[in-house]
Amino acid sequence: MESIPILRMGDYLLVTIQVDMHDRLAAALLEDLTGKISKHGARGVLIDISTLELVDSFMGRMLANIALTSRVLDAHTVLVGMRPAVAITLVELGMSLPGIRTALDVERGMALLGSLMGSSVVETGRGGDT
Amino acid sequence: MASNILVGVQDLIARDEPAILENWMKEQLASTSMRSDLINDDQLRGQSKNFLRALREGMSGNSTDINGAVWTDMRALLTDLSRQRVRLGFSPSDTARFVFSLKQALFSSLRSAFANKQETLTDAMWQTTTLLDNLGLFTTEAYQLSREEVIKRQQQEMMELSTPVVQLWEGVLALPLIGTLDSSRTQTVMEALLQRIVETGSELAILDITGVPVVDTLTAQHILKTVTATRLMGAECIISGVRPQIAQTIVHLGVDLGDVVTKSTLASALQYAFQRRRLTVKKLADIGA
Repeated sequence: MESIPILRMGDYLLVTIQVDMHDRLAAALLEDLTGKISKHGARGVLIDISTLELVDSFMGRMLANIALTSRVLDAHTVLVGMRPAVAITLVELGMSLPGIRTALDVERGMALLGSLMGSSVVETGRGGDT
Repeated sequence: MASNILVGVQDLIARDEPAILENWMKEQLASTSMRSDLINDDQLRGQSKNFLRALREGMSGNSTDINGAVWTDMRALLTDLSRQRVRLGFSPSDTARFVFSLKQALFSSLRSAFANKQETLTDAMWQTTTLLDNLGLFTTEAYQLSREEVIKRQQQEMMELSTPVVQLWEGVLALPLIGTLDSSRTQTVMEALLQRIVETGSELAILDITGVPVVDTLTAQHILKTVTATRLMGAECIISGVRPQIAQTIVHLGVDLGDVVTKSTLASALQYAFQRRRLTVKKLADIGA
């Protein structure tokens, strides 16, 4: 059975969706990803959906679930490279994916993750000072 | 007998064609609605001649229903004529009168031909009137259709003209919206903006609504949709040009703008964009000092 590769890069996990997403694949991804986050203690997850051309309400909900579940597992999630057509579809479906961070491309997504981690480090630092 | 009346009229037209054409031309030229500034006599005569030919052809089918196959030529001719007259600037009544003005000429021919057969004359008159009325109505309809085509085309052109996405700075796009926002326009605007965001890799987009006269719930919803879609793509959207009345309307309507950044002028939006991109604008003198 095909699956979506999850790459580990230091504290981050990288998910690049390169194949046509279908419902079962998305469910499997959620399963895999949550397992890997807790296994590696990842602090950030970057999901690249720049090749995703079609979304329906289920896929939208799956994306939201993946992001929110990672959040609960204490990993920042950034969704990058959403195509205009996909964005319009999601908005028309009434799914604004609140609480999910987005970026234009992988590079900016990594920068955003970096700054998110940075801020949390600073916060803990401050916490230690006082 | 009654069923062959139109064929009889057709024979009459075939026999009397030059005379009828002459009378008709006279009628048209004398009419107050004649627009000699828009069309010359020769053109008008050509059109009238073609009309009579098509009329005879249609009458051979002996039916006043102009949707039949024998009237194909006539319909094409009238559609063409209406379209041409729309372009030239004729009014709908001027265009329809082209057909109606034939009545006078045709009736005087009918009267002299059927002078001693009162009943046939009445029948022929009635049938011819019905037929010419139908043709006149068809002409008006065709006129209307051509006009609608023109309107549709202009709408399309306006739509394309009114959605320019401009790059204000590296990584900063602006979309000045002018006029009312309806669903189809928002769709075009949204697509244009998102496409440009991908092309330029801009992280900030300024939606300037200075030129939007009124904001109702639907417009506000459309604007919010655009903002959300932009956010989903990974860029940030700033709304600028919010006039006091519009701000009041938005609050009155209970529209929740959420955490969307709003600025009153495009300039302050640009300033905010500079801040976000860690850029400053300074006067040269200040730097020298």
